[in-house]
Amino acid sequence: MSALTRIGSVTGKEFRQLSRDRLSLGMVVMLPLIQLLLFGYAINTMVRDIPIGVVDLSGSAAGRVITEQVRVTQVVDIVAHYSTAAQAEADIVAGRIRAALVLPENLTQRVAAGDTVGQWLVDGSDTMVGSALLGLRQMPLHLEAGAPPGAYSAQPPSFEVALFFNPERRSQVNIVPGLTAVILTMTMILFTSVALVRERERGNMELLITTPIRPLELMVGKLVPYVFVGLLQITIILGIGWGVFGVAFHGDLFNLIVVTLAFIGASLTLGLLISTQAQTQMQAMQMTVFVLLPSILLSGFMFPYDAMPVAAQYIAEALPATHFMRLIRGVYLRDAQLAQLTPDLLWLLGFTVIMLAVATARFHKSLD
Amino acid sequence: MTEPAIHARQLSRHFGEVIAVDRIDLDIPRGEIYGFLGPNGSGKTTTIRALCGLLTPTAGEVRVLGREIPAQAEEVRRRIGYMTQKFSLYEDLTVEENMRFLGSIQGLSRRACRQRMDTLIKEYDLGELRRRRAGMMSGGQRQRLALAAATLHEPELVFLDEPTSAVDPENRRDFWEKLFDLVERGTTILVSTHYMDEAERCHRLAILEHGRLRADGTPAALMAQLDGRVVEIDGDDLRQVKAAALALPEVRSAAQQGLHLRVLLRAGVDDPVALLRQRLDGRGLDICLARPSLEDVFVDATRPEDAA
Repeated sequence: MSALTRIGSVTGKEFRQLSRDRLSLGMVVMLPLIQLLLFGYAINTMVRDIPIGVVDLSGSAAGRVITEQVRVTQVVDIVAHYSTAAQAEADIVAGRIRAALVLPENLTQRVAAGDTVGQWLVDGSDTMVGSALLGLRQMPLHLEAGAPPGAYSAQPPSFEVALFFNPERRSQVNIVPGLTAVILTMTMILFTSVALVRERERGNMELLITTPIRPLELMVGKLVPYVFVGLLQITIILGIGWGVFGVAFHGDLFNLIVVTLAFIGASLTLGLLISTQAQTQMQAMQMTVFVLLPSILLSGFMFPYDAMPVAAQYIAEALPATHFMRLIRGVYLRDAQLAQLTPDLLWLLGFTVIMLAVATARFHKSLD
Repeated sequence: MTEPAIHARQLSRHFGEVIAVDRIDLDIPRGEIYGFLGPNGSGKTTTIRALCGLLTPTAGEVRVLGREIPAQAEEVRRRIGYMTQKFSLYEDLTVEENMRFLGSIQGLSRRACRQRMDTLIKEYDLGELRRRRAGMMSGGQRQRLALAAATLHEPELVFLDEPTSAVDPENRRDFWEKLFDLVERGTTILVSTHYMDEAERCHRLAILEHGRLRADGTPAALMAQLDGRVVEIDGDDLRQVKAAALALPEVRSAAQQGLHLRVLLRAGVDDPVALLRQRLDGRGLDICLARPSLEDVFVDATRPEDAA
């Protein structure tokens, strides 16, 4: 009972201090916002609004429908219409447009016969633009669909029918849930790694350890406020991801909370361990960066886990962020159930318990 | 109550090559103010930390309130209070919040804590500062808060490590009145200081230097040991007289105090006044015995035996 009281008073004290520390409080809110906008808008692998021209030689209703369907993808921005393919080519060379869609005179017959419906002329000098337009080749037209082939280089594929608004093709869908892992790693580890060191640096520790408080009570009491901070941050990230970037939540809220808590626990206790090792706040921050960098690069946030060399995969497996990345993408995007995610979930819970035990054992109530 | 509050035998603490505390023996009775007097670096803080169980002694045996330290340190935590040399409460919390936090950590019930807080806030004149953050308070105010926090759980034994180093003389005076109030209620206090006037207020004191205990006892007894060895000289050219006096093998130290020159002689000089009259002859000096002060005790205890 008195143990709970003491944990409660440490927690209350920590909350008060946090609420008075404007810089940290600002970080709690601003860090997710800034990162989300950075990754959501600026680092966008999805190309949009490529200026193109249309050469509709058929002048048919089918031609207007196809043109309209290409336009609404927002991948391209139709800036010009031409009456001959040669004019379009000249503008590509001049750089006025990056590509042109050529629809032949016999378009209606081709659609009916299931032939390729048209041809894309693409400026291949920018690979990102090129691949974005290559993606359009496979766009399902809501006609009976044949394929538009034959850019300057690529060979003409036949039309396949696949959903154009495939969630996997939009980078935010991947980035928003992944970003929760990066931001939680950053703030959770940073805050707790500084937590104990700060008390030592300011001299509070000398007083605290002359009181009857037990190490575990102190540790847990200090962690609890940051669990709420973590939940607040994930709410901000996913809320904005949904509101601004339209990344819809396809899963179960309970599952989401469970995997998030498991990851928050792992990050907080890892921070705590750093805290017992570091002598100064500066050192604590340096160690945090040491964990943070691989968490961003190797967790699967930036690069696909499967594409990494085996050595990097081993390192990735040792990072809580990697396991959380799988959990959150599963729960958030694919509505995976906890039973399907047990290995990663158990890994995080085990990690939390071990870290807490090690941190507690390493913390001595003495100044030796 | 037969067992002393603190009992230490051959207490030593080394930091690598440095010997911070060197084979100290202590017997500190209950219900008294016991002072540690010594210059910076003399081992006062290290000794206090070792007695609190914060530092493991390199050697020696320590019993505090009848418990072995550091093995049974946790058992006495609730019975001791510790006021650190550097302010160690939370600067971003208010007076009330700091006290409430410590009260709960010390295991006080909510109600008992509130009562103690009200009493202490009145007693230490913190009423108007209840909602003031500790970081915004003056040195004297912080010190009162720190003492209030250290005695919140009514400990039997309170350690005060240079409590008055950041405080003006008037506040120091008030502070010592509070200490005597505590002692009257049966608390034992161990206080370290480098002020002579504070040391003189202690019931008993120990003089520390370079980690060694050089002298201990009541201030009166310590001063009485120097009876007949302290001489005051009046006259002209006291700077020259001082130089001449220091050249004498019998003279332990000489220091000018205003218009007097205060000379401390080594033990074993039968008639210091006669000796000095003879040796410093011809200068028209007025020489007489003086009552030893605690400073004389300190100088005698801490000067290396071979130095003049």
